[in-house]
Amino acid sequence: MELFINQLINGLNTGSIYALIAVGYTMVYGIIRLINFAHGEIMMFGAYFAFIFAFMMPFELPFIAVIVITMIFAALMGMLIERIAYKRLRTAPRISALITAIGMSLFLQNLAYLIFGATPWVMKPLISTEPIIIGNFSIARLTVLTIGLSIFFMVLLTLFVRKTKPGKAMRAVSQDKEAAVLMGINVNRIISLTFALGSALGALAGVFYAMQYTNVESTLGVLPGLKAFVAAVFGGIGNITGAMLGGYLIGIIETFVKAYISSKWVDAIVFGLLILTLLFKPSGLLGKNEKEKV
Amino acid sequence: MMKKFEFKNLKTNSVFINLAAVSIIFLLIFVLIVTGLLSRYISSILILILVMIIMSTSLNIATGFLGQLHLGHAAFMGIGAYTASLLAILLRDSIGSDVVLFITSTVGAMILAGLAGLLIGWPALRLKGDYLGIMTLGFGEIVKTIITNMKGITNGAQGLYGIPKIMNFPTAFWTTVIVVLTIFLFMNSRHGRAILSIREDEIASESVGINISRYKLLGFVLASMFAAVGGSIFAFNIGFIAPQQFNFLRSVEIFVIVVLGGMGSLTGSIIASIVLVSLPELLREFSSYRYLLYSSLLVIMMLFRPQGLMGTREFSFTRIFKPKLVPTNDEEEPDEKGSDS
Repeated sequence: MELFINQLINGLNTGSIYALIAVGYTMVYGIIRLINFAHGEIMMFGAYFAFIFAFMMPFELPFIAVIVITMIFAALMGMLIERIAYKRLRTAPRISALITAIGMSLFLQNLAYLIFGATPWVMKPLISTEPIIIGNFSIARLTVLTIGLSIFFMVLLTLFVRKTKPGKAMRAVSQDKEAAVLMGINVNRIISLTFALGSALGALAGVFYAMQYTNVESTLGVLPGLKAFVAAVFGGIGNITGAMLGGYLIGIIETFVKAYISSKWVDAIVFGLLILTLLFKPSGLLGKNEKEKV
Repeated sequence: MMKKFEFKNLKTNSVFINLAAVSIIFLLIFVLIVTGLLSRYISSILILILVMIIMSTSLNIATGFLGQLHLGHAAFMGIGAYTASLLAILLRDSIGSDVVLFITSTVGAMILAGLAGLLIGWPALRLKGDYLGIMTLGFGEIVKTIITNMKGITNGAQGLYGIPKIMNFPTAFWTTVIVVLTIFLFMNSRHGRAILSIREDEIASESVGINISRYKLLGFVLASMFAAVGGSIFAFNIGFIAPQQFNFLRSVEIFVIVVLGGMGSLTGSIIASIVLVSLPELLREFSSYRYLLYSSLLVIMMLFRPQGLMGTREFSFTRIFKPKLVPTNDEEEPDEKGSDS
């Protein structure tokens, strides 16, 4: 039982990271129907940014400031990528846009490799490593922080999308771009905003990921990025709540497979789950079916 | 002559002219290798180029001609490489001739990869576009995990050693020629045109009576089988394979070649393979920029020339010999009658 609860907490921890990344994938997909493969790389850059702001500044910044600055930089980067690579391809065939996204992902990876070098940077703990003890359980402070902050930012995002005017505009653009233009919505600005929000959350995930796995390297974003994408598809791509749910489910499934079945087969099982989802319910858990038009 | 073969738009003598031109190229390179003007290192890179030509032309069946996004082609290369290597290690003592050993193990690899191609082709009937791309990507990762975890047979992540290095330039070259020619002739046949029509408009081609499921499966199985040939040459050339060599990045590399060469152009794939494999080798000191170059090329190409280098056109050596682009039939007729009688 104790093992079970511990594993559940671990699962929630991994799930939080996947959910944060998956939200970015799903928002971008919802608004311009593009699988932004470069999203995992934004997460990786987020980890590097956090490292730079935490350890390479002449003055010491508090942890929250490091996170906020990292998120702002990642948001700018996301907007820049959209402006340079994706904007011209909005009316192009979807396959061209997808290929561009793959190209962008590889480009950013190799750029990071050249700028930051081949040897991984070792992230020192940014917060106290003393565990929090509740009754019989001891939980790492980092785990609590990861789960807590992730949920906080995801709730904030949900409120933003549901309650504010820009959020409403975002939903409008994702439903019908032309009609949104007619209603006086600045579509370019909304798409930029979507990229900014998604990238900021992705970078946050990158910071947590780097703090847990300590090694910051140029390929850091690949595997979590792919798995978060699986989570987004699993939850129903284009649906923000679905992405969060999918992220947590994939995180929990992965942790339990590792703990009770075998750690070697985790990747195969996660991707097998993806294929099964695509085959039997391509719209995902919470997604809506799209009818094919002739 | 022409009516015996069912290839419209294709003149049989143009195939022979191109084969003759290819033979001349082969002889030139072969002489250079035999006289020692090209080092072992360069001839090994030449074989690598041939492997990439096979990989990209075979991926072109699924991505270029059938129009399906396929991001797991390296997995089939891996299946081919491992099957061929294991078969060759098993049969090494009973088969004396290198060429026979190569052919036997490659045929085995093609059969297994073809079966795996069926596995991936079946879901491809239901999925489209990005979803299919993601599915094939996931499939590639699963194959890699399986190869890594079958320690007893494949020696896991450390890789498989002791594969007989039976590959030489002539074998690799003529295997490549056979593969490319087969794909070319297939694509110009009735079946090839059916596959093309699926790319253009699935619903329309279904309504004129093309069995979409059958041709999609056929396309994926063929692509996988030829990928196995590429994997087999790759393994016999280097003598060592590891699961990491057939990862997502390799799939993307092959995909980039197909896109840059032009989706639906076999000669485009060939040219892009030659350029993209030899360029990083020529600029050895910039080797860390290799993937940066690949990826920026990909993005720039998509922004400014999304159809790729060649589009869907093909290059033919007949253009060099006959400056006129389209020779009229009237000029050809007497020639052919003359040669027949």
